[in-house]
Amino acid sequence: MEVVDLQRQSVRELNQFLHHDAVSGKVQALEVLNPDGAHNIAVGVNTPIAIAIRGHAGYYCAGMNKHASVTIDGNVGWGVAENMMSGTVRVKGFASESAGASAHGGLLVIEGDASLRCGIGLKGGDIVVGGSVGNFTAFMAQAGRIVVCGDAGDALGDSLYETVIYVRGRIKSLGSDAQVEPMRETDYAAVGELLNRAGLTHDPMTFKRVASARQLYHWNADANQEY
Amino acid sequence: MCGIVGLLVKKPELKAQLGALMLPMLTGMSERGPDSAGLAVFGDALPAAAGRRYSLHAPDWNYDWAACVAALNRVLKHPVEFTAKGNHAILIATDDPQKVAAAVAEGFPSLHLLSVGRSIDVYKDVGHPTAVAERYGFKGLTGTHLVGHTRMATESAVTPAHAHPFTAGEDFCLVHNGSLSNPYSIRRKLEPLGIRFETDNDTEAACRYLEWRMREGDNLEAALESSFRELDGFFTFLIGTGDSLALVRDPFACKPAVVAETDDYVAIASEFRSLAKLPGVKHANLFEPAPEQLYVWKS
Repeated sequence: MEVVDLQRQSVRELNQFLHHDAVSGKVQALEVLNPDGAHNIAVGVNTPIAIAIRGHAGYYCAGMNKHASVTIDGNVGWGVAENMMSGTVRVKGFASESAGASAHGGLLVIEGDASLRCGIGLKGGDIVVGGSVGNFTAFMAQAGRIVVCGDAGDALGDSLYETVIYVRGRIKSLGSDAQVEPMRETDYAAVGELLNRAGLTHDPMTFKRVASARQLYHWNADANQEY
Repeated sequence: MCGIVGLLVKKPELKAQLGALMLPMLTGMSERGPDSAGLAVFGDALPAAAGRRYSLHAPDWNYDWAACVAALNRVLKHPVEFTAKGNHAILIATDDPQKVAAAVAEGFPSLHLLSVGRSIDVYKDVGHPTAVAERYGFKGLTGTHLVGHTRMATESAVTPAHAHPFTAGEDFCLVHNGSLSNPYSIRRKLEPLGIRFETDNDTEAACRYLEWRMREGDNLEAALESSFRELDGFFTFLIGTGDSLALVRDPFACKPAVVAETDDYVAIASEFRSLAKLPGVKHANLFEPAPEQLYVWKS
């Protein structure tokens, strides 16, 4: 396995290695040592490779990921897996704000808690959070699925489009146009499949479905700006 | 964008290392705030009879502090002790604090009084955080706790007076990451009460507002609670008092913070990369402070 020690090499060198030397299956696995909260670790990877980050990462870790499987043995800063296209990103600790922001595809697993604005503007990826999520989760999220095994903060799913959120714990408050809907067979199957891929064993029967009431899709002059 | 750091040591033997432990935290926030830096350090409080500490900033690196203190001694009843480094000096004076401040303001209008109190010393200046830290020897600072700031100005000028921390009253200071939308409304509310402002900086309004609330009888919790109603804008505030550090984030929490706590210390920074060099941080209790929640650590 290749090893890059960020105490000796820069993040730019690491990413250039991933963008050039590691493409087309030339490197199967890579270990990143001493991340120490550095930003932009393993950003823009476009090749099937397993990347293990041994420690806490900073902002935008595994951003724009395509094909790679990235595991962080620690916490991550803002915007982990933002704009992810495919592949898998797994955070063993907690994730700071805007985790999985506007991801188009792939699976983001956060084993601990996720902070505010998790899945903001999600465009098609899947997010599974083992712990709880902060306020404004899934704000204006358009497609994809979010599974929350713990509790959800304020304004869950505010101005939601077609992303569906499944919550196991308590929902502090729903955002504008988000509503709790009955779970159907397809929902139980979706939660089961996502939990299974995330390696979590909760019973899908214990989750609630939150989706858009679609009242914001069209301008309503009678609403008098009250939503 | 700005960077904030805070450090409180829990064991007396670590007081001598406070500056050395903090230095990589502050310089680690240089990218978030490359134009100015500053910190407030709190040491053992002077006994009541020993007077108060005054941190002063002069416009000139070769300022003649000895002449300044000699002139102050002619006006004040009791002699003033001082230690100086370049454009910065710490005075210890036993006269009434208002008289000391007035003597400085009248006799030396070019000097800026950075802080007053029994345990606070403040250093702040323009320049890269590494250069500011080197300029004043931050590495050698001792004490129980400190708050620091690296500034990337977005709303007012880059001058030593506009750098953080801001102070008000005694042994009270504030550093801020964010921006307030209504500093002038706050100011218009406070100025008729006789509260004087020194800059047009938004953080100064927050600092003077909170100190005013506490002087009016609020405890820190109540003062911060009222700030959620009165202050409009984005903020992560880190507050230092004679015996505590306090951290609070606005309801939208758009400005970051992360905390690391061990048996030896509590360390706060905008980002984890500033905490990464602390001894034992790999086994620290790490968490991200929640919005609208007050965190207080006592020294």
